[in-house]
Amino acid sequence: MEKLIADLKKQIVEALNLKHLKPEDIGDDEPLFVEGLGLDSIDALELIVLLQQQYNIKISNPQEGPKIFKSVKTIAAYITAHQTA
Amino acid sequence: MKTRVHVVGAGVISAIGNSQAESLEAFRQETSGIGYMTVLDSIHKNKLPVGEVRLTNQQLSERTGAGAELTRTALLGLHAAQEAKHDSGISSWSQWRTGFISGTTVGGMDKTEDFFLDFIQDTSTGDLGKVVNHACGRSTELIADALGVNHFVSTINTACSSSVNSIIYGARLIAGGKLDIVVAGGTDALTRFTLNGFNSLLILDHAPCRPFDANRGGLNLGEGAGYVVLVSDAVRKHEKLISKCTVSGFANTNDAFHQTASSPDGKGSFAAMQQALLKSGLQPEAIDYINLHGTATLNNDLSEGTAVKRLFGDTIPRVSSTKAFTGHTLGASGGMEAVFSVMAIQHQCVFPNLRFQEPIPEVGIVPQLQFEKGIGVRHVMSNSFGFGGNCSSIIFSAVKNDQA
Amino acid sequence: MMGYKISGYCVIRNFSIWVNHERCIQSSTTSLEEFLVAAYTQINMNYPRYYKMDSLSKVGILAAELLWRDAKIIRPDSPESIAVILSNAHASLDTDVRYWESAKKQASPALFVYTLPNIVTGEICIRHNLKGENAFFIAERFDPVLLSDYAGMVLDQPGTKLCMGGWLDVMNDHHDVFLYLMEKSEDGNSAEEIRATLNTIYQLDYGKINS
Repeated sequence: MEKLIADLKKQIVEALNLKHLKPEDIGDDEPLFVEGLGLDSIDALELIVLLQQQYNIKISNPQEGPKIFKSVKTIAAYITAHQTA
Repeated sequence: MKTRVHVVGAGVISAIGNSQAESLEAFRQETSGIGYMTVLDSIHKNKLPVGEVRLTNQQLSERTGAGAELTRTALLGLHAAQEAKHDSGISSWSQWRTGFISGTTVGGMDKTEDFFLDFIQDTSTGDLGKVVNHACGRSTELIADALGVNHFVSTINTACSSSVNSIIYGARLIAGGKLDIVVAGGTDALTRFTLNGFNSLLILDHAPCRPFDANRGGLNLGEGAGYVVLVSDAVRKHEKLISKCTVSGFANTNDAFHQTASSPDGKGSFAAMQQALLKSGLQPEAIDYINLHGTATLNNDLSEGTAVKRLFGDTIPRVSSTKAFTGHTLGASGGMEAVFSVMAIQHQCVFPNLRFQEPIPEVGIVPQLQFEKGIGVRHVMSNSFGFGGNCSSIIFSAVKNDQA
Repeated sequence: MMGYKISGYCVIRNFSIWVNHERCIQSSTTSLEEFLVAAYTQINMNYPRYYKMDSLSKVGILAAELLWRDAKIIRPDSPESIAVILSNAHASLDTDVRYWESAKKQASPALFVYTLPNIVTGEICIRHNLKGENAFFIAERFDPVLLSDYAGMVLDQPGTKLCMGGWLDVMNDHHDVFLYLMEKSEDGNSAEEIRATLNTIYQLDYGKINS
């Protein structure tokens, strides 16, 4: 889980062009949207692309986004739960 | 005295028909044009419904007399512009200062993407970049040439409000005495580029779209073109033309909220509608029908609905989104819907909002459910909002033709 | 007689930025991407959203930022009274190509949203809270007649006080940016004179200024 979280932070900074941040600046539980990191709806779509490309997990309903993308930790938990072995 | 701006001709082509008459019949019969694509080839072929014009490029070429090698955007535009010209009854353009202003977002992308992959390897030279741009900007010039307009030609790209902004520009040039006749509107063809892009935004409905419905699931893309012929009082009098209506008000504002999303309370669209009313000198209750932007995305319809509610209060006029018939035709939508608005005044009718079942709880607006004829339609408002926060609203008003 | 006035401008050309005729940023790079990051860092903007933008929006945001900072005018109170009228030749082609490349694997939504030229207008409006009229024209080359006439029509409307106008063209490393503020003024110039002024500023050989 810890490695997954560290990987995710790197991938998020890269995919969302968060060049003002280092991956380790993002807290595991820090809210990603609105307050916290301040990501927006387009970022959420890029996160969906990221999950599909890096983890082969497909989210087709964007309404699920806010729940899954609450924090890096919730994304990691979603990946762990949905990754097919 | 400042001249009024008359609409004397209109032309439209879309998934519901190749002319004003065919479109009116589709509205009357409530026949939607949304279905699976047959002309365009895409991986989404049997998955995403679209509003596709039923004619192939070859058929469009035969009908317009232009070469089939032209981009589909240009062919669709020419088809509608020719109808508008014919409909206007103007015998000759050449003695007037005539302009052609067109809005488009994809331009020549339909042709370009067929060889885009070769292109990418060569863009470093810059030359091929120019070829694409040429194709994009060219659609306007090709149509202007074929129409015989060369006094003034301009292309606008403000996303989905492009063609309303073309009409606004045309109206200003006539009101300001700079031109006598302007053909204004827009054209856009369906392309894989826009299909894949809108699909990546997850705002495409996999079923026919449901504008202003509580359970709407996104938009359907469409294609088409729509143009109006605008003239001054002097041209109308001299050419003995019948005025279908006047352009009585318009406004354009920026929402300044997000690159693509509208502000939840529709600040930009509210301001556009309010300022258009102000310019027309009309009170909100004078508006008989609003042709909504109504894309059927969660975001647009909530935002636009909130703005309409705020402006019109408890006495909301008849409203509908014709995108349930045609799909969202992007840069062409404002031009097409301007033509529909003009038709509403000319035929004293309003168009239904297909597939509506339940109002959006936050706004509670119930749109027009049936085709309705024989009601007084004097003032029609048409809304068009585009990515980039661009919000436009335009008002067409009936005119007595015995007034010289 | 009521006329118009150009109250400030910014030019980005040859990997350098000039504001009101003075070079404020100069770079030895020949990569537009590198230049846009270097310039952003140099002007201390602190607007992380900048990194997410395409090149067209970046040049627009940089130019607008420097223009406002140096403008010798009082900004009108109402955001609705400030219009933005822009134009270019390459539309959003630079980003169209990048997006199309991404689509070979999986279409990138973040790139797709920039595949329209007027997104830069939106970005400028968001950054500076401008809510007046917008237009974006596609023209083969910088057209002072089109730009000044349209801005003039917009400024002649009641309620509009200031217009940001300009030419923002980007393709790969090619960049040609001229952004200005035009306002109504008691002692201003005629529309014809404004055309000439815009043309003169645009045609200047910036390689020879303060070099």
